[in-house]
Amino acid sequence: MIAFEAVSKTYSAAKSGQGAAALTNVSLSVNAGEVFGVIGASGAGKSTLIRLINGLETPTGGRVVVDGDDVAALGVDGLRALRRRVGMIFQHFNLLSGKTVAQNVAFPLKLAGRPAAEVKARTAELLERVGLTAHADKFPAQLSGGQKQRVGIARALATGPKILLCDEATSALDPETTEQILDLVSGLNRELGLTIVLITHEMDVVRRVCDRVAVLEAGRVVETGAVEDVFLHPASDTARRFVREADGEPAADAALSGRVVRLTFKGEATYKPVLGEVARTTGVDYSILGGRIHRLRETPYGQLTLALTGGDIGAAIAQFQAAGVRVDDLSGETAR
Amino acid sequence: MSVSNIDWSEIGQATIDTLAMLGGSMVLTIALGLPLGVVLFLTGKGQMLENRLANGALSLLVNILRSVPFVILLIVMIPLTVALVGTSLGVAGAIPPLVVGAAPFFARLVETALREVDRGVIEASFAMGAKRRQVVLGALLPEALPGLVAAATVTAVALVSYTAMAGVVGAGGLGDLAIRFGYQRFQTDVMIVTVVLMLVLVQVLQMVGDAVVRRVSHR
Repeated sequence: MIAFEAVSKTYSAAKSGQGAAALTNVSLSVNAGEVFGVIGASGAGKSTLIRLINGLETPTGGRVVVDGDDVAALGVDGLRALRRRVGMIFQHFNLLSGKTVAQNVAFPLKLAGRPAAEVKARTAELLERVGLTAHADKFPAQLSGGQKQRVGIARALATGPKILLCDEATSALDPETTEQILDLVSGLNRELGLTIVLITHEMDVVRRVCDRVAVLEAGRVVETGAVEDVFLHPASDTARRFVREADGEPAADAALSGRVVRLTFKGEATYKPVLGEVARTTGVDYSILGGRIHRLRETPYGQLTLALTGGDIGAAIAQFQAAGVRVDDLSGETAR
Repeated sequence: MSVSNIDWSEIGQATIDTLAMLGGSMVLTIALGLPLGVVLFLTGKGQMLENRLANGALSLLVNILRSVPFVILLIVMIPLTVALVGTSLGVAGAIPPLVVGAAPFFARLVETALREVDRGVIEASFAMGAKRRQVVLGALLPEALPGLVAAATVTAVALVSYTAMAGVVGAGGLGDLAIRFGYQRFQTDVMIVTVVLMLVLVQVLQMVGDAVVRRVSHR
């Protein structure tokens, strides 16, 4: 649905004569119907990346292909047609302050020159979907942050897009409102089959709604994969940092005696009493150094860091693995 | 001092002349200054029609017109005024210099008001598939409306004092009356009445302007 082919973006700095690279050789592909997250610190190039998809920015190298079209090769009219197929919501909502909620939602339809009767019916339908029918005649300044973002979502959906771009859409919201907005976005993905690209600096957002994620560091993609892989077994330092921010890292102290292992339970295995069973049958003692139990979208998972002592440690590890638990031996690693 | 030598019919006529000069020049100032301000803004750095040459040239023109003292402008403009409206006297003769004096001032205020518009809103409009014209007319100007009304109010108040100065070159109106009777004939009472009338005019303009700003502002 969306493909980045070796995309680079350099901003020309007029004074120094040297350009600043926002993105370097980024290749990504986003499949139709998935929720794709891009996580990175501020300044990593997330904003630039998402704006390349709807042509608000143009690449200085490589190609961005969206829904079959090379974005940079589209003419003015082609680009406007593409933008009607790609909705976008923003961190600061970017609503028109002088227009009412209904007028804001109707705005993209009017821009597209749709007949008045259709604009009215569609606006009512969209407000219903985001639960703002009662607020149709209010101005944005009279709404809460979450309500403003709902207006933003209704507006982004007005022209019936296939793709929704979320530019830090929950970063200005409190945790409870964030959850409501993420639920709404997830629902759009499921019910309308929307392909969603969201950029964020919060791993928690990625964990709740994304299928796949790319980790961006200083304009380069350092890791891409299914959210569960990146979340449970981050390969890059950047990804590990984001996971630690979201969950806290188990304190694996190198000075501890015994074998330090990290067990990863996924799906059904999360709820089985594996640990006690293994301890009984192999005579291994364990102390828990850290742990977390959460959900990745709908999948429950748990991760425990243990120090194993006594008994038959090799058999214990084999038994964990037989029960569908991934075991990583951390004894060889220095404490992080 | 008595009020017996005040010719109220003359004051009435002068008031009407002042209002006519103000109304006529205000309409034309907006008609010229608003597009000029929009172009100044759009050709500015980082804006959608960025053009250093056009922006520099317009900016220079505006600065030149704004740096000429209005009294001088009134006199320098006389040949042009005659060419445009056939006379340099009366209400008609006053309007061209008033517009040339006020339009650049208003254009700068328009440019400033447009800069206050949240860039995110402009970006969002483009992201929705708006054409440039649609962005300017549908998002930029409506979002700047409170600022534009405030700019028009300030300009109207400035025009009131410009009309008084226009009295110097025979424009008529309250300012002319104040100079001819109040200053040259030492009729202090006429001076006071005209000044009070202009004060009332400025006060009313400012109040109406502020009320409209409140009405159109939804921030």
